[in-house]
Amino acid sequence: MAELFIEIFSEEIPARMQLKAGENFSTLMVSGLKKEGLLCENIIYHTGPRRLVFKADIPLKSPNTFEEKKGPRVNAPEKAIEGFLRGAGLAKLSSASIKTDKKKGDYYFTKIEKKGLSSDQIVPEILVSIMNNFPWPKSMKSGESSFRWVRPLKGIICLIDGKLIDCTIDNIRTNRKTEGHRRHGKGLITVKNFSDYCQKIENEGYVMISHLDRKNKILNDAKSICEVNGLELIEDALLLDEVSGLVEWPNVILGHMDPLFLKLPPEVIKLSMRTHQKYFAVKDPSSGNLSPHFIVVSNQTAPDGGAEIAKGNSKVLSARLSDAKFFQKEDMKFNLEDNYAKLNSIVFHKKLGSVRDKSERVALLATSIAPYLDADLEIVKKAAKLAKCDLVTNMVIEFTSLQGQIGAMYYAAQGGNKDIVKAIEDQYKPQGPSDNVPKNPVAIALALADKIDTLLCFWGIEEKPTGSKDPYALRRAALGVVRIILENKLKLNISNILEMAVSSRVNADPCLPELDPSIIDSLLFFIIDRFKVHLRDNGLRQDLINAVLQLGVDDLLSASNRIKSLQSFLSTGEGINLLSVCKRSGNILKAEEKKAELPYGDVDTLTHKRSVELLNALIQARKNIVLEMRNESYSMAMTALSNLREPIDLFFDEVKVNDENLDIRANNLRLLIMIRDTALEIADFDAITG
Amino acid sequence: MEMKNKTKSVQSFQGLILALQNYWASQGCVILQPFDTEVGAGTLHPATVLRSLGCKPWNVAYVQPSRRPADGRYGQNPNRLQHYYQFQVIMKPNPVNFQELYLGSLAAIGIDMDLHDIRFVEDDWENPTVGAWGLGWEVWCDGMEVSQYTYFQQVGGLELDIVSGELTYGLERLAMYVQGVDNVYDLVFTEENKINGTPKVLYGDIFHQNEVQQSAYNFEYADTHKILEKFKFAEEECMALLELDIPLPLPAYEHALKASHLFNLLDARGVVSPTQRQEYIKRVRNLTKACASSYLNKENNTKEKAWKN
Repeated sequence: MAELFIEIFSEEIPARMQLKAGENFSTLMVSGLKKEGLLCENIIYHTGPRRLVFKADIPLKSPNTFEEKKGPRVNAPEKAIEGFLRGAGLAKLSSASIKTDKKKGDYYFTKIEKKGLSSDQIVPEILVSIMNNFPWPKSMKSGESSFRWVRPLKGIICLIDGKLIDCTIDNIRTNRKTEGHRRHGKGLITVKNFSDYCQKIENEGYVMISHLDRKNKILNDAKSICEVNGLELIEDALLLDEVSGLVEWPNVILGHMDPLFLKLPPEVIKLSMRTHQKYFAVKDPSSGNLSPHFIVVSNQTAPDGGAEIAKGNSKVLSARLSDAKFFQKEDMKFNLEDNYAKLNSIVFHKKLGSVRDKSERVALLATSIAPYLDADLEIVKKAAKLAKCDLVTNMVIEFTSLQGQIGAMYYAAQGGNKDIVKAIEDQYKPQGPSDNVPKNPVAIALALADKIDTLLCFWGIEEKPTGSKDPYALRRAALGVVRIILENKLKLNISNILEMAVSSRVNADPCLPELDPSIIDSLLFFIIDRFKVHLRDNGLRQDLINAVLQLGVDDLLSASNRIKSLQSFLSTGEGINLLSVCKRSGNILKAEEKKAELPYGDVDTLTHKRSVELLNALIQARKNIVLEMRNESYSMAMTALSNLREPIDLFFDEVKVNDENLDIRANNLRLLIMIRDTALEIADFDAITG
Repeated sequence: MEMKNKTKSVQSFQGLILALQNYWASQGCVILQPFDTEVGAGTLHPATVLRSLGCKPWNVAYVQPSRRPADGRYGQNPNRLQHYYQFQVIMKPNPVNFQELYLGSLAAIGIDMDLHDIRFVEDDWENPTVGAWGLGWEVWCDGMEVSQYTYFQQVGGLELDIVSGELTYGLERLAMYVQGVDNVYDLVFTEENKINGTPKVLYGDIFHQNEVQQSAYNFEYADTHKILEKFKFAEEECMALLELDIPLPLPAYEHALKASHLFNLLDARGVVSPTQRQEYIKRVRNLTKACASSYLNKENNTKEKAWKN
């Protein structure tokens, strides 16, 4: 085996692309070599701000291969045979073999040996091809060249067992030199092999080539600096990954900010730190509040211990937060409701009017939902009209992801109703699977109405999610509706809500065009589908979900409870046995149904003792089940159903269902139908697979 | 520690401009003067937009006063101005050591890169009003953006065969950094001259009133009705100049710039809704694109002529 070592050196690669690029380079290299018969072992790859590094052990030479060459038929003219021998490099015909082919006739063939190539012939070709077609998310040209890379390419090292592999890409010829860190590096570094590289790039170049090492160093140093200062780091894994891609020689520094800024909403401060400045926020461990500090990671150590760097960064943060304070001051010159008229100027979607139009619809829908939640109509209406008013504030224009939170903060500051404040804050919730759902009735009405309106609107213009594309986050909206209903245990009929949404559309000013009923059905189907996915994600069995939902569903909460009860019932021995007798009965019915239409028996003429007992048990069970289902005591309903097990068992043991007497047979089958119908009050047992 | 020869940091605003001009002049750049039409950014100067088209090499550096009416703060915000200065460098084609040349310019204005943390953070630049985009970075010095660094890929809606490297320095911000000043109006514009006794002049002495008055104009008094008419006139004039038998892309482009500035004024007055906003930007982009194509046509024709002769 020989060691292949490659370093691709370029100007700064965007942090978010580095890890994927390292992985892609390695995968492409390994698969490219494999295709040529060189299997890689001990693969290592690294990425950093200015380099991709790859190392693997590969065979010195690819194995010899044999290529089968098909010749002419054995009775072919001499000329064809001669041509074949010449082409295959054979001296005489006896060196060729004969293959039998009954259809087309026997023919000559031979195996031609292809000598393996040495790895230093194979590697450059693969390297050039990878680099010419590298899958960067965005790439660019530089100078007068047409070669594309993520940023200008500066150098390539390619060594096999320390031997320079010569090739040229975009006027850059491979060599064994690279650069270290811009400030700390001590000139060009000449590299013998991978271990020499690793040692020199760190010791002479001041570059930590491993993303993971940089990450660990940053995290550990940040934690210990915080600890020494009696502070606690607010960890942020995504930011840590990004910052690790911005530095070759990380140095963690604690910065200070003016405590006066702590009067700003903590979300604004954290967002400002994270997105604009890539700082980690720090909190006071005793109070849990933000502390007037931050952690910044610089790309170098400084002779003053980083004092100047800390000072500079803290100034920049001050300027950012001053801006935020300015925005807050400007915004608070007006009451939140003063912004309502301005919502006219924000387009919700070009086919769906302005955000103000949306607010009008949502207000109507939210007030229709309110009575079901015991929420005050006037309060809900007001909340709906205020909900989007923060979209035109300076603060939300600057910090878009804080929509809702900012509106709530301003409304609270102007002494607004607490329920409305909560509703404005929670209207977009839940934002993801781990986000909380709104709990306050006013907030629920608003959050539901907002999402349902959005769904119906986009369904109306045929903008539905397809495959991985869901630009308006409609799946999330539908899941939000499902979760709000389930987690608040709301008795809401989803079809009714959709009807309310349709009439809100019609009654709003200006109203949107009327919808075809098929659109509403399709949306209902979509929501139910998200409901199913949600249940499955929560550990409920697909077959049980189907078994219950096949009976039709409007009330998500009761459907979910039914499925849960069914699943826990079927995990008991009692449940499993009941399922098997129900299935047995169902299977007989199915078999008989196939032969002919089922006869309609008369259970009043039952004669067998066991049949009569079963009939009585069924009548009793059905009565109980219907009652319990109405009370939504699903486990009681299951118990009532399971009381049937003994009479059914006895019936099967002692009664021959397909009696020769056709009247008796009809009566027995009628009993089986009654079993099925009784079970159907709970679920479609035939749909249960396990 | 080894002592290095370090440039003393420039302690005046004009000193900063002079140092940058000297530095880029010594790299072979033409030192141009500002363009005399209001523009929102140094990029819009024809020496960038038009000269980055075509195949002729071009190296230039210049200061450009830039106007962003909506950023006015009546002279009350320590960082935001509706009129400020950008220093712009174009090197076409971008030299292979463009990054090193850029870092050299920071050293030339006295930024001590041992003490300060310089970082190249991804920032892909685009300017929809001139149909231009490129890849590059924001350059951070201790977390502050001190320059925008871009490799142009497209300008005026046209794919570039030869890539220009573009640098834009925000001069006020950079000067505040170098001088260690928190408020832009406290910047030393000109240092006291001890020999003939001329006094120190601050940025605020020169520009504070201008910010106060221009903010009032931009936000309160600009006559939106008339400005809209002027916008239409500039638009028509631009197209008319391009439709001549012998088109005049250079004056046409000036009218496109005027339209762009007038749109910014309307925007600052808050009379442009987001939908209209897109519409206006599209109209300005159409103008600049048309100017770019016409300019390039002319360039190619001249070459054709030269070849025929």
